Amino acid sequence: MRHTHGFAGSIFASLLAILGLTLGTAQAELRIEITEGQAEALPIAVVPFGWDGAGPKPFPMAAVIAADLARTGRFAPVPERDMLQKPTSGAEINFRDWRMIDTQVVIVGRILPAASNNYTVEFRVFDVLRGELLMGYRMPAEAAQMRDAAHRISDLIYEKLTGVRGIASTRIAYINAVGDPKSPTYRLIIADADGENARTLLESSEPIMSPAWSPDGRKVAYVSFENGNSQVFVQELRSGARQRVSARKGVNSAPVWSPDGKRLALTLSKGDGNLDIYTLVLANQVLTRLTSWPSIETEPSWSVDGKEIFFTSDRTGVPQIYRIGADGGRATRLTYEGAYNARPRISPDGRNLAVVHNDRGNYRIALVDVEKAYTRVLTRGSQDESPSFAPNGEVIIYASRVGRRGILSLVSTDGRVQQRLTASEGDVREPAWSPFFNN
Amino acid sequence: MNWKLLVMLGAMVVAGCSGQSGTATGDGADSMSGSGVDGSGVQTWPDDGGASGSAIPIGNDAEAVVMNERVIYFAFDSSEVDDASVEILKQHGRYLAENPGESVRLEGHADERGSREYNIGLGERRAVSVKSILMVHGAAESQLVPVSFGEERPADLGGDEAAWQLNRRVELVYER
Repeated sequence: MRHTHGFAGSIFASLLAILGLTLGTAQAELRIEITEGQAEALPIAVVPFGWDGAGPKPFPMAAVIAADLARTGRFAPVPERDMLQKPTSGAEINFRDWRMIDTQVVIVGRILPAASNNYTVEFRVFDVLRGELLMGYRMPAEAAQMRDAAHRISDLIYEKLTGVRGIASTRIAYINAVGDPKSPTYRLIIADADGENARTLLESSEPIMSPAWSPDGRKVAYVSFENGNSQVFVQELRSGARQRVSARKGVNSAPVWSPDGKRLALTLSKGDGNLDIYTLVLANQVLTRLTSWPSIETEPSWSVDGKEIFFTSDRTGVPQIYRIGADGGRATRLTYEGAYNARPRISPDGRNLAVVHNDRGNYRIALVDVEKAYTRVLTRGSQDESPSFAPNGEVIIYASRVGRRGILSLVSTDGRVQQRLTASEGDVREPAWSPFFNN
Repeated sequence: MNWKLLVMLGAMVVAGCSGQSGTATGDGADSMSGSGVDGSGVQTWPDDGGASGSAIPIGNDAEAVVMNERVIYFAFDSSEVDDASVEILKQHGRYLAENPGESVRLEGHADERGSREYNIGLGERRAVSVKSILMVHGAAESQLVPVSFGEERPADLGGDEAAWQLNRRVELVYER
């Protein structure tokens, strides 16, 4: 049930580069391309916003909103050239014009000048068939935050029309390796969910791995080899302040945050060659060992309620997914389909794990039902890995390859919508989707 | 397995070890001839039995030659060291036993297939497998520093079995 859809061309817009919140410079931005869309996407029009001030329009709000909505796969924005009119207020809308081109929802809005070079943005959403207002808001927007304002509007519209919280305002963390592929420069980058507004959190000549968001979205944990060995760090996004939280002998890797943000689950070898799962209380460094098998135990992922940890173990000779109590206990095996299941990540509703699954020689992203263990392969690459759920559970971002190049890809959890994000420079990998930010 | 072929490491010549008293005897020579590595070593061994007689130019001594072999290769998803590699590690183990001031980083690597963190596990397992063989042959634990890079530092950037074979490895990196 896959459909190819041709609205990719309409979603590109040349957009302003805005300074990062605090860190780094904008670079290595990602470019999104929708490779498969949904045939039943709802025709929607985001009319260019009016501008009531002097000079050029401060920000292309409508283009960003339309691109956000198109990326969800649920909406097909009408190209601007097909619009028979360009109203900027409800009173100006001629609903017959929109019915003629089969548009079902029309969004109009305006940017108004406000004090100290800031703006007020207002928008309204109309049901074309009934000619009814569905939603309308007016909001302040700082000049430097217009892109954020556009994403917030996208999320309000998306939730109104689908009942599901939108993810346009969320972010992604990923690793970018640039330069000589034999000894690249590694960067840990944070970008908006559409790949824009990329900024570097850390740059190193040694590998950086496994970024993981804190549940409040304010910190990222990751693995850095900057001191010659894998060590786990926690870095605050706003201040850039960071702390080394695990530098024990041997491997220190695979950090993930407990849902309450107080603990990390991580993997340590303690120098004996045997990786096991531990939890670490961040406030006092209390370490608890969860597994102690002579095999590889790694890649922990907390359950939504924080009571369990899913992980990869090759205790049977090949990697499979297991679950264990977050305070220890007996581990039970979860996956039995196929000879390779690894790197579990729990879906926000707690029902599925996204895993790396070997599908007849190809490494692909699969969903595993946590209770029934039923496995459904979602992707079609040969080296797909590092799946991460969007916080609304509708999309998974993962690392894949085009030729030898590492890119990021997205797939909707129903498998229907697929997109690619290609960096302007180098390889990109290990994407991690942020939680929702509470504005 | 053709892992033996043509592995020359440019960097980190263990120059300082020539002139050491260690005698890599038959074993070392055998593993050399089996390995097909030529390199900088002079393949002229003092034929044991008579110390007297004509002077033989020795250049790098036996350890120096054998110890140019500083990469151990592995099969897919395996940390088992094959017999030929054990011979190489024997020499390193003896050298370390005789040179307690030396230490060596055992950098474990995996090929790119599968998940990155699991591959950190494979690299660690390989490094520790090499470590235990070195210890059997005389190296002290304190001289051995296993480090896993997983798939993060490939030796060959290709995407086929020929490349993956070169990437599933442990590199011995002497520190001084």
